[in-house]
Amino acid sequence: MSRDVYVFCEQRDGVIQNVSYELIGKARELAADLGQQVVGILAGSNIGELPAKLIARGADKVIVADKPILEHYSTKPYTDVVVQVVHEYQPEIVLFGASSIGRDLAPAVSASVHTGLTADCTGLAIGDLVRTVNNAKDKAKSDACIAALGQDVDVVDNSRVVKDRAGNEIPIVNVQYTYHKQLRMTRPAFGGNIIATIVCLQHRPQMATVRPGVMQALEADETRTGEVITLNCDPTNNLEVLETVKSAKASKDITESKILVSAGRGMGSAEKLCEVQALAEALEGDVSGSRAVVDAGWLEKDRQVGQTGKTVRPDLYVACGISGAIQHAAGMENSGYIIAINKEETAPIFDIADLGIVGDVHAILPKLADAINKYKANK
Amino acid sequence: MKIVVCMKQVPDTTEVKIDPVTNTLIRDGVPAIINPDDKCGIEAALEIKERVPGTTVTVVTMGIPAAESALREALAMGCDEAVLLTDRKLAGADTWATSCAVAGAVQKLGADLVICGRQAIDGDTAQVGVQIAIHMGIPVTTYVEKLVDVNEQSITVQRQYEDRYQTVRMRYPCLITAIGDLNKPRYMSVGGCWDAYAKEIKIMTYADIADVADESNMGLAGSPTYVATSTTKEAKGAGTVLKDLSPDEAVAAIVDKLAAMHII
Repeated sequence: MSRDVYVFCEQRDGVIQNVSYELIGKARELAADLGQQVVGILAGSNIGELPAKLIARGADKVIVADKPILEHYSTKPYTDVVVQVVHEYQPEIVLFGASSIGRDLAPAVSASVHTGLTADCTGLAIGDLVRTVNNAKDKAKSDACIAALGQDVDVVDNSRVVKDRAGNEIPIVNVQYTYHKQLRMTRPAFGGNIIATIVCLQHRPQMATVRPGVMQALEADETRTGEVITLNCDPTNNLEVLETVKSAKASKDITESKILVSAGRGMGSAEKLCEVQALAEALEGDVSGSRAVVDAGWLEKDRQVGQTGKTVRPDLYVACGISGAIQHAAGMENSGYIIAINKEETAPIFDIADLGIVGDVHAILPKLADAINKYKANK
Repeated sequence: MKIVVCMKQVPDTTEVKIDPVTNTLIRDGVPAIINPDDKCGIEAALEIKERVPGTTVTVVTMGIPAAESALREALAMGCDEAVLLTDRKLAGADTWATSCAVAGAVQKLGADLVICGRQAIDGDTAQVGVQIAIHMGIPVTTYVEKLVDVNEQSITVQRQYEDRYQTVRMRYPCLITAIGDLNKPRYMSVGGCWDAYAKEIKIMTYADIADVADESNMGLAGSPTYVATSTTKEAKGAGTVLKDLSPDEAVAAIVDKLAAMHII
């Protein structure tokens, strides 16, 4: 029977990626609800002390695949490792970061082991799921899966036989299954207007990818202990990796910023972004922006917040001249505290802001940066 | 060599409705466009056709009969052949079931190189391309940002990551997924439009792929994931909105709040 919550822990050049710590943080909650454990899967070459870091952040066990072929990510050898773990250990749940690695590996694993995969989840929870089945074929399939997976399900069978006018007996199938302790995966769909809850009832493991910045990592606790297991594996590749080159440009990862000052179309021009920059410096934060600002070429793509950009959850998010379309809100509404400055009183950003100021950003921002600098100087 | 490009027709509007009974997308009646990443895939195939003599490009899509317009557009761009995989049995499929059906069609068509877009704008899952490759048991490289070299035996591409790139070489048969950075898709040509309407769209149904695609893996019934509920998003509770303040008053209100929260 399947058990435990597994997290594929992504390392690049020997550095565990933050999204993996965030997933372990979430996995701890899920594992507590299931009464099970959190297991990290770590693949790489010369992994050394990395498993201890995962244990400090909440993993109970770490399964390590340490081979030269795993030094840099490649689809086939990494898939070999995770598929082997799924077959040997039968996880209940496997989570992946929705990075360009996780979004490649997770579907490869799902296709290989025949299970479902939900992309870019914004919420994960353990809960009940009621499903009513109205035909004999679905009922037979459901019953077979429940038996095979040993699932905890309450069944109410309201099936009956009715007679039509001619007196013929017609069987009516109506069975209500209440599945307990399922992974309920929520994600925005279709431009963020709809939130869908997705489940994977009849296949294991239940698998999801989650974008960086969506879940919260636990503080490292060096006193935590856990088990490190070496996977006896022999991953192979089916293509030639000719070279791996790190990009020269150090891109800013706004998902790791504690404070973001974000520019929208209301800033008016690229030149005016210096006002946002000045405020970000005063607050010791970073600059981000809406899609409109990135599309206009005022800001680099890696600083874009929203559905087609990044999901951020800084402690403070200051939205300057951002109307707050749902696509933007999807990427920042979980920020700790949201301040919005916009001259349009009806802008949707005010629906999600903790503090909204209806006014002219150009009149307020320079004064605000000065006032903050003065306040800090006098403190 | 033979290239098969898998593409998806996506609704060109965000006005999407959900069927309240099955909780799946209602696609009927919504005008379709070629998904942007898939269009880059078509462009890549056409560029290879120009470079490697004797190359043919077949474009395939799974969907409702209305998807024909997107296939005609692909023909007008210069594709040689267009195939519509359509069957009630395939309806309501999640990514797993979709990839099983499309992999079956590609297998029947035969391909040296399969090209997909990385992801579709209506789902953003980026799963189907990889899953097709796994079902077919062929090498796959996703997030392709550059074609480095293409010849009759192999293809060498540059694969994009957030902080690096990787150059990889694959022998055929293999699959790549294209991203927007790969190229700028061409427009339909006048001659192409002419040809597009003269050409026949080949129809495939489940019966045509039945020997390579298990029926239990098709459509809604074959989908491991199940959409339990769809809800329209609720806005979070509104905070304080201050208006009619002078800039100095507004600044004071913000500074007070930041100080109270110990941010400054």
